[in-house]
Amino acid sequence: MSAYEPVIGVEIHVQLSTRTKMFCGCELSFGDPPNTHTCPVCLAHPGVLPVVNEEAVRRALLIGVALGCEVAPRSIFHRKNYFYPDLPKAYQISQFDIPICGRGEFIAIRDDGSEIRVGITRAHLEEDAAKLTHAGGRRVGAAGSVVDFNRGGTPLVEIVTEPDLRSASDAAVFLRQLRQTLLFLGVSDCSMEEGSMRADANVSIRPVGADQFGTKTELKNMNSFRFLERGIDAEIARQTAILGSGGQVTQETVHFEPETGAITSLRSKEESHDYRYFPEPDLVPLAPDPSWVAELRAGLPELPLPLRRRMVDEMGLTTEDAEVLTDSPALVAYFMEVAAAVDPKAAANWIRGELRAQLREAGQDPWESTVTPARMAALVGLVESGAVSVPAAKEVLAEVISSGTEPADVVEAKGLGQISDEDELAAIVAEIVAANPVQAQQLRDGKDKVIGFFVGKAMAQTGGRADPQAVQRLVRAAVLGQ
Amino acid sequence: MSLRDLTAAEQVAALAAGKVTSLELVDAHLAAVASDEVGAFLAVDPDRARARAREIDALPERPPLGGVPIGIKDALSTRDLVTTAGSRMLEGFRPVYTATCVQRLEDAGAIVVGKTNMDEFAMGSSTENSAYHPTRNPWDHTRVPGGSSGGSAAAVAQRQVPWSLGSDTGGSIRQPAALCGIVGMKPTYGAISRYGLIAFASSLDQVGPFARTVRDAALLLRHMVGRDPMDSTSLDMPEAIALPVASDLRGLRVGVVDELMGEGVEPGVRDAVGYALRMVEALGGTVVPVSLPTTPLGLATYYVLAPAECSSNLARFDGVRYGPVVDDDTLLDQYERTRGELFGPEVRRRIMLGTFALASGYYDQYYGRAQRVRTLIVREFSAAFDQVDLLASPTSPTVAFPLGARTADPYSMYLADVCTIPVSLAGLPAISIPCGLSGGLPVGLQLAGPAFSENRLLGAAHALEQALAFDTLPPGLVT
Repeated sequence: MSAYEPVIGVEIHVQLSTRTKMFCGCELSFGDPPNTHTCPVCLAHPGVLPVVNEEAVRRALLIGVALGCEVAPRSIFHRKNYFYPDLPKAYQISQFDIPICGRGEFIAIRDDGSEIRVGITRAHLEEDAAKLTHAGGRRVGAAGSVVDFNRGGTPLVEIVTEPDLRSASDAAVFLRQLRQTLLFLGVSDCSMEEGSMRADANVSIRPVGADQFGTKTELKNMNSFRFLERGIDAEIARQTAILGSGGQVTQETVHFEPETGAITSLRSKEESHDYRYFPEPDLVPLAPDPSWVAELRAGLPELPLPLRRRMVDEMGLTTEDAEVLTDSPALVAYFMEVAAAVDPKAAANWIRGELRAQLREAGQDPWESTVTPARMAALVGLVESGAVSVPAAKEVLAEVISSGTEPADVVEAKGLGQISDEDELAAIVAEIVAANPVQAQQLRDGKDKVIGFFVGKAMAQTGGRADPQAVQRLVRAAVLGQ
Repeated sequence: MSLRDLTAAEQVAALAAGKVTSLELVDAHLAAVASDEVGAFLAVDPDRARARAREIDALPERPPLGGVPIGIKDALSTRDLVTTAGSRMLEGFRPVYTATCVQRLEDAGAIVVGKTNMDEFAMGSSTENSAYHPTRNPWDHTRVPGGSSGGSAAAVAQRQVPWSLGSDTGGSIRQPAALCGIVGMKPTYGAISRYGLIAFASSLDQVGPFARTVRDAALLLRHMVGRDPMDSTSLDMPEAIALPVASDLRGLRVGVVDELMGEGVEPGVRDAVGYALRMVEALGGTVVPVSLPTTPLGLATYYVLAPAECSSNLARFDGVRYGPVVDDDTLLDQYERTRGELFGPEVRRRIMLGTFALASGYYDQYYGRAQRVRTLIVREFSAAFDQVDLLASPTSPTVAFPLGARTADPYSMYLADVCTIPVSLAGLPAISIPCGLSGGLPVGLQLAGPAFSENRLLGAAHALEQALAFDTLPPGLVT
């Protein structure tokens, strides 16, 4: 048991997936040739002016409303001044003392169902910098660097939390669920790998029970949840070792090296920046119409956490089902459509089990596959009604995936319909019992598990078409005379 | 009488009547631009101007400005036409786009003959801070034309063009207009798009016209104003700009700003302004003294805010994406050498002043306090306009001063804008018209009005101009 308690707050940068950039009409792009989405404005030619992207404001408001933030009736942009080749104006237009979204709260749910309440300090709008690529990979000592201005000016929302998190795993849970919420809002792709969602963590430790915060460090740029969790743990361990040996933590920016698990310090000139913030004179204040904000609030989609609760409470799903099925808005939509037609729990089992397993081999997502929600519902319906057995249904599913045929037609064509004719099954069972006297005796001796052996034999002999319930009953009748 | 003696409105009328072609007008003015005895121009593109004149002459119907030539301050971006803002930092720079206001004028049939000289990045009051050459005052070639739009003012006074565009941050249109004996107007902040105006101090910069008559200034203004989607701070005028016709000032209350008539104002300037004020009364207006007690703080306020904004606005000039570069081994050295060697001393001074004013720990003391004073000045003007319709003062406390007289003393240079700066801080429209001579040199009268009172200002200035009958032809100028 450590004598120290970690205190963690996070800053999340989310690239908004708007059509155009924050302050000019250039289209956003990923993977296009470098410097093909630029104009005088985002290249900071002499005399140009920024114009706010209204859709970016709408999305920032949507985020604020979803996080329960106070929306500022009037917020302003500031200039954050510094020289760097990825910043053509030599200032970033950001928000400073009056962000568009103020205090809010996000409640994440741990695996055990307990709540993590995280205060949101603010969410503000700004623009992304251009992308620098350093020959040789690392910034310091690189042979040369090139700039791609395609990314420069991409709308960003920066979400800052209160230092409310107390463990690396809580931070990861919070971020995963926040990401999911943002995906449900449709505001961003939220891809950690592609950098459309980036997280920095402020980490400090303090003696358990202390009121005061310790000195914090800023852990930068972790590009996956796993690295984030490992990075925070590594930083907590580093700080614990420092304090344990009587040392003091230095306030600085640090990096986590995933390859070695080490924390490295980034002591550079960047540390001593004075950004000389001042109000951006080229823009007027943002004063969103209250009726617009109310409209956004009223039109919010059902967010993942309430949705999961509803799935468990009203649809009979397990917590795990709900978590898996709320992975993305598209999956939710798919599930909901199937669940509207058949038993939701059965739909959940099939979708998160067999459907995803079979589609994984094809590298497809359910909503993109030939298994439309209607076909999935039809298949589940065939199983539910006893028209096909579960093993047969799996075969039908494979055929639907490969050929796009309707499930009922597959059953018909392949003769996969369940054998429910009692006489036919009784004859098969009699044959199996006769051929396996040892197992028959075991059953008679009270070894009830042997029943599975007979069911398996019957399924094998019928190509999976036998109704397992009926087979069980008939075996008992034949062997035990029940 | 030369074609160059026609006012812009007269040229438009002559074109409409078929008495002259645009090509004839352009050629007549290009000849004067070519000789350029006062050094008003930096870049001239005769081929482009003549080609455009031929195009317009061939049109079945003439556009509203008919094909009349114009000079454009080099702070305004003109596509393919070298635009330097008077700085080595942009030597040879050919923009890829045209400023909205210039585009609107070109669309209305104005023909850009060239780019006019200016103080580097509009920082100065004499055009001596141009990195290329000084401009001379057409009234006395040993004197400055004022600044920073000195090239645009001199070009109009010298009749190289009938009108031109300038930009005014703290007085850069009004003060050179006064010193060159012509009309110069700074409209309400937001009336004309700043898109394409190379920024000096964004919260103060405004484009505006120079002309020999108030009517010409109004005509030019009319074709530039109005909201531009590319400039979020631009606004639509509540009413269209009218061509002024007033011949009297009956019912007009003119306040004379006490604080701008006292110490530092040359006696000859005070006399000429006094004459103009008596003329106001003669035309039926009333003249009352008004006190704006905060205006003496205007200069100090301005010299915190404008450098602060300029330190940020000029940070983009690093030699990487456009303009010349001074190469060095590391990026930081390259930045420092490019900016250290290609910016002139006044620009470097203001960047340093502004950087300091914004530095954390000093922000409240300088920038924050200056913003609060600015708010007080805005309120004072607003209160004054509850009592009077327009405010009057000298445009400049002095007439044109000799070349070199103030270059060694930046503060004395800053004082040249003491009368114009308060109006700029309040974002209000103001016009300077010539109101007489002092020692043979022109004196300017500044009239300022409430926001978007351009028509009132132009009307009053026009009536006064008719009564004053100032002859804008500099002595010795043969057209």
